[in-house]
Amino acid sequence: MSTVSTTAVELVDYDEAIDRFDPVIGIEVHVELGTRTKMFDPAPQTFGAEPNTAVSPVSLGLPGALPVVNGTAVEYAIRIGLALNCQIAERCRFARKNYFYPDVPKNFQTSQYDEPIAFEGYLDVELEDGTVFRVEIERAHMEEDAGKNTHVGGSTGRIHGAEYSLVDYNRAGIPLVEIVTKPITGAGARAPEVARAYVQALRDIFRTLGVSEARMERGNVRADVNLSLRPTPESPLGTRTETKNVNSFRSVERAVRYEVSRQAAILAAGGTVVQETRHWHEDTGVTTPGRVKSDAEDYRYFPEPDLVPVAPSREWVEKIRASLPELPGARRRRLTDEWGYAEPEMRDVLNAGALDLIEATVAAGASPAAARKWWMGELARTAKQREVELAELPVTPAQVGELQALVDSGRINDKLARQVLDGVLAGEGSPEEVLVARGLGVVSDDGALLAAIDEVLAAQPDVADRIRGGRVQAVGAIVGGVMKATRGQADAGRVRELILSRLGVEG
Amino acid sequence: MTDLTRLSAADLAGRLATGEVSSVEATQAHLDRIAAVEPAVHAFLHVNGEDALATARDVDARRAAGEDLHVLAGVPIAVKDIVVTRGMPTTAGSRILEGWVPPYDATITTRLREAGLPILGKTNMDEFAMGSSTEHSAYGNTHNPWDLDRIPGGSGGGSAAAVAAYEAPLAIGTDTGGSIRQPGAVTGTVGVKPTYGGVSRYGLIALASSLDQAGPVTRTVLDSALLHELIGGHDPRDSTSIPEPLPALVDAARRGATGDLSGVRVGVVTELGGEGYQAGVRARFEESLELLRGAGAEIVEVSCPHFTYALGAYYLILPSEASSNLAKFDGMRFGLRVEPTEGPVTAERVMGATRGAGFGDEVKRRIILGTYALSAGYYDAYYGSAQKVRTLIQRDFAAAFERADVLVSPTAPTTAFRLGEKLDDPLAMYLNDVATIPANLAGVPGMSVPNGLSDDGLPVGLQILAPAKADDRLYRVGAALESLLENTWGAPLLSRAPELEVVT
Repeated sequence: MSTVSTTAVELVDYDEAIDRFDPVIGIEVHVELGTRTKMFDPAPQTFGAEPNTAVSPVSLGLPGALPVVNGTAVEYAIRIGLALNCQIAERCRFARKNYFYPDVPKNFQTSQYDEPIAFEGYLDVELEDGTVFRVEIERAHMEEDAGKNTHVGGSTGRIHGAEYSLVDYNRAGIPLVEIVTKPITGAGARAPEVARAYVQALRDIFRTLGVSEARMERGNVRADVNLSLRPTPESPLGTRTETKNVNSFRSVERAVRYEVSRQAAILAAGGTVVQETRHWHEDTGVTTPGRVKSDAEDYRYFPEPDLVPVAPSREWVEKIRASLPELPGARRRRLTDEWGYAEPEMRDVLNAGALDLIEATVAAGASPAAARKWWMGELARTAKQREVELAELPVTPAQVGELQALVDSGRINDKLARQVLDGVLAGEGSPEEVLVARGLGVVSDDGALLAAIDEVLAAQPDVADRIRGGRVQAVGAIVGGVMKATRGQADAGRVRELILSRLGVEG
Repeated sequence: MTDLTRLSAADLAGRLATGEVSSVEATQAHLDRIAAVEPAVHAFLHVNGEDALATARDVDARRAAGEDLHVLAGVPIAVKDIVVTRGMPTTAGSRILEGWVPPYDATITTRLREAGLPILGKTNMDEFAMGSSTEHSAYGNTHNPWDLDRIPGGSGGGSAAAVAAYEAPLAIGTDTGGSIRQPGAVTGTVGVKPTYGGVSRYGLIALASSLDQAGPVTRTVLDSALLHELIGGHDPRDSTSIPEPLPALVDAARRGATGDLSGVRVGVVTELGGEGYQAGVRARFEESLELLRGAGAEIVEVSCPHFTYALGAYYLILPSEASSNLAKFDGMRFGLRVEPTEGPVTAERVMGATRGAGFGDEVKRRIILGTYALSAGYYDAYYGSAQKVRTLIQRDFAAAFERADVLVSPTAPTTAFRLGEKLDDPLAMYLNDVATIPANLAGVPGMSVPNGLSDDGLPVGLQILAPAKADDRLYRVGAALESLLENTWGAPLLSRAPELEVVT
């Protein structure tokens, strides 16, 4: 067996590891809800504010302060639960998770323990090749975020070796929903891809539901990835590690791959995997041990006595269900059908982030094929050139629709259309405005064309004679001359017809 | 000239309304009385003289301008030091909060300020309200005005003693297992624990969230009703606050004062009396039952068999919740901060050193108890079982209230004991609350009314309990008993207390 060594950690090549072991993953995703105020607290939610300014006695845990549940946060949690095909609890309580840590102002986190708001659901995740993989959801529960520690001094930014630490409580109390999967089995070698696709699908759902901006780079969505290996799919579950705060899609995939290779090396050498929390290092792509998780950790959970139970009425839940937007997976399937795209075409559209743009362009009147042609062609090239996202280009789907309408009506041809689009992208106005300002319309007035034809024929009498003499192919030279004279704004086919009839020749 | 400190709050309010007396005069009179008797009583941890007089001046000016004021506007009040007051030190009787000045007001404080009650100061208490004698305060003992060698009850001994010593006509207390009612009983004053959720807990430093309730401490039943109506009612900042209006308490007190209790069924709880209750306590209780019967009440005997387990359940639930509620006192954000004298200064070690130095023994005892009771593997046996007992006690109450409109018992088994007498015997101390605890476990309201003197010449109280949200029944029966007793005595009970020596 070949092994590679990275800072004293033995790794087994991924494919070999998968040959010998069956990976089981479990993913906990925390999403910060985009409510105006915090989970239990009238303090505002802000990003990037001065430290400790978005706080109140409640988020600072001052003596005497009491929590009150944010109704919007409950509604968002129910939305998420319904979107994940979960059951919604008729009555559930918050609990206190007791532990001492400076970023937890009360020294307990108000969370849900044995009574989550949503439970027993699933999410069908589409992989890149179109395979659909079902991830079973155990629960989705509400809780509050902790503050943010900054460890100053020392080289690692971690608490060890730091001279002192600062705590910012602006984040303390921000509403979170934590979504916990059941053990995900059967993914085999595709476990890293499944993990990534699942987190990405959740992110898309959060955005579609409007419950969070779900910006990974801001930590709106954070994933903890559990992984264990077992000899065969029939074996009992192995010892798992929990890799914390894996905060990009790519990292989720890499972290799973890394842990598969690392644990395989340990097991293959006859060792045992330590049940522990591990840190993910984005820069080096490795995980390192955090604190050891043992049974000794006792959070002394008990029902939060300062809060009355949350009992969403069935009417309310059904009202929320009825108001759910179409979810990304369903929408994708519907549009693929409606637009008649091939599966690979649709995947390209999705990967390019063009789905919304094309949908809006179609809504503006363009055919799905034309809309795809513009966004995945000319505009995709421009975006790549300018190194921006498609949606960031200074052109709206409505304008693309208008442009296509000009083509469809014959007022411009494809070549002119590209020039009009250049004008739009250059900020010269709408397609119509650019067309007028640049004088780019197709010349459809036969009189004007005939005048141009007569001029060209007069300038090249020898060519005219040859055509009259039956050498019809010589007409090309005259057409070229006319097109040049009209700066390309003529319909070449029409020009050819007119020249031939002018010269009394059958085309 | 009338001694303004001897007037009831209602009487003083009347004189303020007619302009016969100004709030500045009334407030100054109480501040003078505080200065004169505090060396002997030590009811206050902080006296708020300047600020109280400023409020009084403001109220006087507004009254002069013809503004419509609250009935208690200008009547000074003392506030237990567990209620958060912006700009005024709030310690909860603990070293760990020494010097902490809260940046915000409790809802109760806001209501007092908005109604224009000058806040005279903050009253002494057992540390974090853990105790029945105020001896667990980190800031010295409060002395019972009836006998300075005796305890004023607890945890709200400061509020009760302040009212009994005429340092304040009104005070705010909090009651987790009897901390308003038992001090009321042993100082000859009135104390009311409202229905759980009837008065906002926002800004009360939590002892046990599911048991804590703030309420009035006064010398008359009517005064309690006036204060209760001011501080009670829904508060959106407290999710356990009852979202309904209070019953008409002042009306009930006035109706009761007529002394007619025809048609009222009064239940005597078998389990709250007899063995363990001082003879004088029992005698006064029996006499009062006769008075109630004479006023037209029907006296019935009711049994609440699970009350026997109340004390045990209480001492699991309270420490469990307290162990979590008190976790925030760690030296990281406010209050005392102690760094370890040797070894590395880490957050964890600072927390440990701060809590070690800042908490007193009784607080540590209950934190340890609660931490243990909530531990994995013990939760069901301790906290879980205690919650079941709680349910059984609620059912006992429900059954009893089928047969009676109110329940009565002695408030406390004995009169005030001597300072230091039970300090080394926590169990003996805990037994003081045996009659008051069931109400907290069930969330029902209770009142202690002065019920005469025991054989040792010290005051005893009679406890009245009513169903949840029927606090008005307490006031009707309490005011009736007060009026019947005062007719018998010819004067309020407190008039028989010895005059305190005053410092001039």
